[in-house]
Amino acid sequence: MKQCTFIWRSRRQLTPDTWELVLMALNSQDAAAVTAPGQFVNLALPGKFLRRPISVCDWGKYHLTLLVKEAGEGTKELVRLPPETELDVLAGLGNGFDFAPETVGPAPVLVGGGIGVAPLYGLAKRMLENGQSPRAVLGFRSRADSFYLEEFAALGIPVLPASEDGSLGVKGFVTDALNTLPDCSYVLACGPTAMLKAVHALPQLTGGQFSFEARMACGFGACVGCTIETKNGLRRVCKDGPVFRKEEILW
Amino acid sequence: MVDLSVSLAGVTLKNPIIPASGTFGYGREFAEIYDLNILGSFSWKGTTRDPRPGNPQPRIAETPGGMLNAVGLQNPGMEAVLREEVPNIAKIFRGPVIANVCGFSLEEYAENCARLNDAEQVRILEVNISCPNVHAGGKNFGSDPQSAAAVTRAVRAATKKPVFMKLSPNVTDIAEIAKACEAEGADGLCLINTLLGMRIDLRTKRPLIANRTGGLSGPAVFPVAVRMVWDVYEAVGEKIPVIGCGGVSSAEDAAEMMLAGASAVEVGAASLRDPWACKKIIEDLPAVCERLGVSQISELTGGAHHGA
Repeated sequence: MKQCTFIWRSRRQLTPDTWELVLMALNSQDAAAVTAPGQFVNLALPGKFLRRPISVCDWGKYHLTLLVKEAGEGTKELVRLPPETELDVLAGLGNGFDFAPETVGPAPVLVGGGIGVAPLYGLAKRMLENGQSPRAVLGFRSRADSFYLEEFAALGIPVLPASEDGSLGVKGFVTDALNTLPDCSYVLACGPTAMLKAVHALPQLTGGQFSFEARMACGFGACVGCTIETKNGLRRVCKDGPVFRKEEILW
Repeated sequence: MVDLSVSLAGVTLKNPIIPASGTFGYGREFAEIYDLNILGSFSWKGTTRDPRPGNPQPRIAETPGGMLNAVGLQNPGMEAVLREEVPNIAKIFRGPVIANVCGFSLEEYAENCARLNDAEQVRILEVNISCPNVHAGGKNFGSDPQSAAAVTRAVRAATKKPVFMKLSPNVTDIAEIAKACEAEGADGLCLINTLLGMRIDLRTKRPLIANRTGGLSGPAVFPVAVRMVWDVYEAVGEKIPVIGCGGVSSAEDAAEMMLAGASAVEVGAASLRDPWACKKIIEDLPAVCERLGVSQISELTGGAHHGA
């Protein structure tokens, strides 16, 4: 974890309530605080006591890309900050995904639902840099709620979308899309709890990693506000997670 | 040079700043963030006899100027703390440690305190009486003078270490509780614990926190804490020291808490927003003391009562 200052540089609207934010680091060490895809940052917002934990979509030497869904007051304000606002950011939080080939096997599938798609983009990029070729299954409520499909496609990986109303890709949930894939034994998933649970229950899975969300206070393990029960005992989503392995998860 | 040292019932702290129980675990996470040896002390997480998983999710909600938590005393239990945390604390911190002790019966309070007798680094016991008494329909021990006195009596008989009772603010007259604890031999008091609160989610029309209620902390509670420290100092300040706790986020806040009557100051929620909050407060204290015209920070204690 590192306390960093980032400059709110630009935003791009992806859907009526989803935005892509680009934050610039004041120095290169700051963006380097992010060490693994699936980690998150905890942003202090003016006038708000608790920081806002936001998963990192992508990062470079000098920047962070975040995808933000307007869920409450904090996220509404975050996407409307004046450009060049300085943000106090705790970066490099959480464990992130382990995408080592010996862990994920030859044919891993990235599974995202809604805003949970965000960390999978950075994950896909790192896997490609590492010579791995993941596939992605991305689920949304409808075509109008979908985002980042072109960005994933531009990476050159197979992308199979799903939508609940059938307006995009496979009609149904990500599990319906996953069931059409010939080989789907290992997933790296992020999305709503109901989606994670349904994916976790797929019989064809031999393993996988699932990124959880929780209301947090500190984000670095001190307050134990975000504890969940796992097969290995109590675990903090912020510090021991947010990514947990299939075999340790209890629902 | 400003002398930042303070004394709590014969225990000397190099400065009055103490991370508050429940915001600092057993020191492990913060030891990765800064050298804990800058601290006067720290108060470890409320520890019960048996391991407790705590409350269901969600446990945290934001409020104007603060937060609610309903962690539910999640802790690994006294045995695991003695086996795993006490030896680790000796590696990461050389100063005196405050052990926050909880219980659900008088017997449990006494047992938990007695089990810390051989933990040399534990110099003060901070007894959390905002716990439900399982033998009295779940009524909190801290909610009336008689039951607060009964816990004090029980722990006083079980330990030779200084005992500081941590008072609940969710009472009509905190000074009465303070007097009852002092009369039973409390060596000091710590106040305030969190204020009971609730938030309701407009989307679900249900309480935001699974436990329904949670404890309010953060800057929002600071003036309540200052007032209660003032009241308790008036009631027992000449006899026993008070640790002020509640919403402190700056060296100025710490000085204000001391002027109200605190001999030392706990910092809680501030460390959750800014992990370096205690370090910054300690660094800023000398300049604040100079501005207030004191060469020893302990001169501030109770200063507002005598027009100092």
